[in-house]
Amino acid sequence: MTTKKTDAIVIGAGWAGSILAKELTEAGLSVTILERGEDRATAVEGDYPTSIDELRGAIRHRLFQNLSQSTVTIRNTTDQVAVPYRRLAAFLPGEGVGGAGLHWSGVHFRVAPDDLALRTNVIAKYGKNFIPEGMNLQDYDVTYEELEPFFDKAEKVFGTSGEPYTIKGKVAGTGNPFAPDRSDAFPLPAMKDVYSASIFKKAAANVGYHPYSLPAANASAQYTNPYGVQMGPCNFCGYCSGYDCYMYSKASPNVNILPALRQDPKFTLITKAHVLKVDLDSDGKKATGVTYLDLRTNQEVQLKADLVIISAFQFHNVHLMLLSGIGEPYDPVKNTGTIGRNFVYQTITTSRAWLPSKQYTNLFVGAGGAGVAIDDFNSMNFDHGPLGFVGGSPVWVNQAGVKPIAAAIGGPGGKAPTWGEGYKDAMVETYRHSLTIDAHGSNMAYRDIYLDLDPTYKNAYGQPLLRMTFTWKDNDIRMNQYVVSKIEPIMKELGATRYALGTLHANDVFDTRRYQTTHLGGGAVMGADPKTSAINRYLQSWDVSNVFVIGASAFPQGMGYNPTGMVAALAYWAAYHIRTTYLKNPGPMVQA
Amino acid sequence: MKMPSPTRRHFIGGLLGSASFWLYSDHKVWADALAVGNAGPYAPRYFNKEEWRFLNAACERIYPTDAHGPGARGLGAPEFIDRQMDTAYGRGELWYMSGPFVSAPANLGYQLSLPPREVYRQGIAGADAYVRAHHDGRSFADLEAAEQTAVLKEFEHGEMALGAVPAHLLFEQLRQNTLEGVFSDPLYGGNKGLAGWTLLGFPGARADFMDWVNQEGAAYPFGPVSISGETA
Repeated sequence: MTTKKTDAIVIGAGWAGSILAKELTEAGLSVTILERGEDRATAVEGDYPTSIDELRGAIRHRLFQNLSQSTVTIRNTTDQVAVPYRRLAAFLPGEGVGGAGLHWSGVHFRVAPDDLALRTNVIAKYGKNFIPEGMNLQDYDVTYEELEPFFDKAEKVFGTSGEPYTIKGKVAGTGNPFAPDRSDAFPLPAMKDVYSASIFKKAAANVGYHPYSLPAANASAQYTNPYGVQMGPCNFCGYCSGYDCYMYSKASPNVNILPALRQDPKFTLITKAHVLKVDLDSDGKKATGVTYLDLRTNQEVQLKADLVIISAFQFHNVHLMLLSGIGEPYDPVKNTGTIGRNFVYQTITTSRAWLPSKQYTNLFVGAGGAGVAIDDFNSMNFDHGPLGFVGGSPVWVNQAGVKPIAAAIGGPGGKAPTWGEGYKDAMVETYRHSLTIDAHGSNMAYRDIYLDLDPTYKNAYGQPLLRMTFTWKDNDIRMNQYVVSKIEPIMKELGATRYALGTLHANDVFDTRRYQTTHLGGGAVMGADPKTSAINRYLQSWDVSNVFVIGASAFPQGMGYNPTGMVAALAYWAAYHIRTTYLKNPGPMVQA
Repeated sequence: MKMPSPTRRHFIGGLLGSASFWLYSDHKVWADALAVGNAGPYAPRYFNKEEWRFLNAACERIYPTDAHGPGARGLGAPEFIDRQMDTAYGRGELWYMSGPFVSAPANLGYQLSLPPREVYRQGIAGADAYVRAHHDGRSFADLEAAEQTAVLKEFEHGEMALGAVPAHLLFEQLRQNTLEGVFSDPLYGGNKGLAGWTLLGFPGARADFMDWVNQEGAAYPFGPVSISGETA
């Protein structure tokens, strides 16, 4: 075993890790990122036309985690035996420098402020009995006003395109009227609406909703961010989701942060470094560093540090905490412990409209973050009282560029054949003349939905896999059904010749074979109470004060918005408080 | 079905025009793809003669030749699948393949110990045995088209074991791989003459639609181009 020393270790080179590494080097620390995958640079493998190969890309998982080394096991209920997630399908974690931040789409939201204190808000409005039995509804213990400067900073780093609604309390644009107030405009104007999004915008307005162009971390114009790195204007090539943007238009850690960071002599990036555990001192109160496996030499390396940032993908964060003995593992029977508690996902269902044959939707044209949405049924923007559920969904046309293999395998939709006679006719109509509308919604946390270590299955390094116990619950199914019912008037208004509404159904179980979203959350949540949260409001472990855990793992419940904007803001928020408070006086920043 | 020769010449020409670039650029996957000879009928490297007959017949039923144009055979989907068998995908190297392998509810996903190439090896042998037992000793490839379709429909939702492979899993893999072959870049042996993309109106590697973000519902006017520069 080799032993080395650095000031701070950052685990994972995705958005959260890259942000923390940048901030901590700015604070004068020597910082080492440990990334288990390969180095990735847009100039090397993201170039045109190398990157725009659907088979090698999204279908054969060029940028996704290779499950052959490590995966998770999944069961729906606690009385089942969990089995491995052997083939990627339902969700697609990244691997390599950039992480999922390299292959994401680029939808870049802030947060619905009500979601940050959802428990408090639901109780204030509807009473405590409104919360269903078994639902662990919680607050983040941070306010939108506190986070606002960090949302602003993240948008400037990402080169986010969008249309504001209010800036400093004054109406400043035609953006989302439900969006919280801003201290400044978006760094770039909103992306243009593709045809399908433009007709959705008109139809949604005509039926009385409030459509807006999505905030997108796809650059609508040439841009130089505060780190001095440049983005090119998006050309709607459609290769965002699952790809690495040959135009340098989609924000990624690789394009927006790492070019600046790589030049800093205090910064070290070690790839093919699989962290086995965070090492703790003899009483388990301090991390002394980490032990990782150098995948090139198969040697274990001990890297010592004063500060350890766990900032891998959501469930890898939880896995590493469980493997390292940081905090108490959650026990759903005794309802004790916090690590693995409040594991959440998102609901998403897709509805389709077919347009007359003279109207072409050109589905291959698109940008991952662009589109038009309504927030009328998101968060607490509508009256839940008579509806009897918690949560909501934005609804949108987010034409991200539909590729032919994915379209063909997905099939023409409706009742059309999925192969053989009649298939081609139906595929042609669907690919040329249809559009899709998603309800992309929240998912609440429940006492019997959680993460722990699997008793049977191991990764390639002999460690137990993480086990997910997850299925859909009545509250979220009914939320989805309600919101989808509100899509129907839009379908009628936009001139569809026919449409098919996609919803969850009563008693649906989570199906791991079909892509839904990669927006997993929770499992190491932030909060005010160490009995129900793993980390405090500064994302600092309650149990090991020199460990911070950054990512969607901090979300107490799943929200309707895409998570990356919130992850980035929380990363800058945590980094700010580490720099201004923690480093001056290392120790717990909140007394338990 | 053979593609008309001008298209084929164009296809080869397109590849040769750029092969040196890809080889020079050290794109190993594409270098391997380009190394496959394009002269003469394709000789399968993984599938044996009986499997190859089954595969050609089954692919063609899944994506048939019709008034819209060539089916999966004409587009080279069987060749695509044969070539995929000797990749990380075909060998199951993209999947978690450690045991124990146990049966589980279908919604928890694939739980067999077989990589795709073994699903075909065992599944096709099992399928042909099943067909011979139910169709007077004929193999799948010898059935009439309508009979083949009927058998595939049985497999599509069937729980019967074809060797160690549940029939619906063989069907699912056949359908997925056939459509991959029809709609992937021709680099991988399918989508010959870009006919898969032409059918859908997908413009391939153009990947620049700055002027086509919103043309008020007009059809995109340009035909497809492949990664290697072939057009149709």
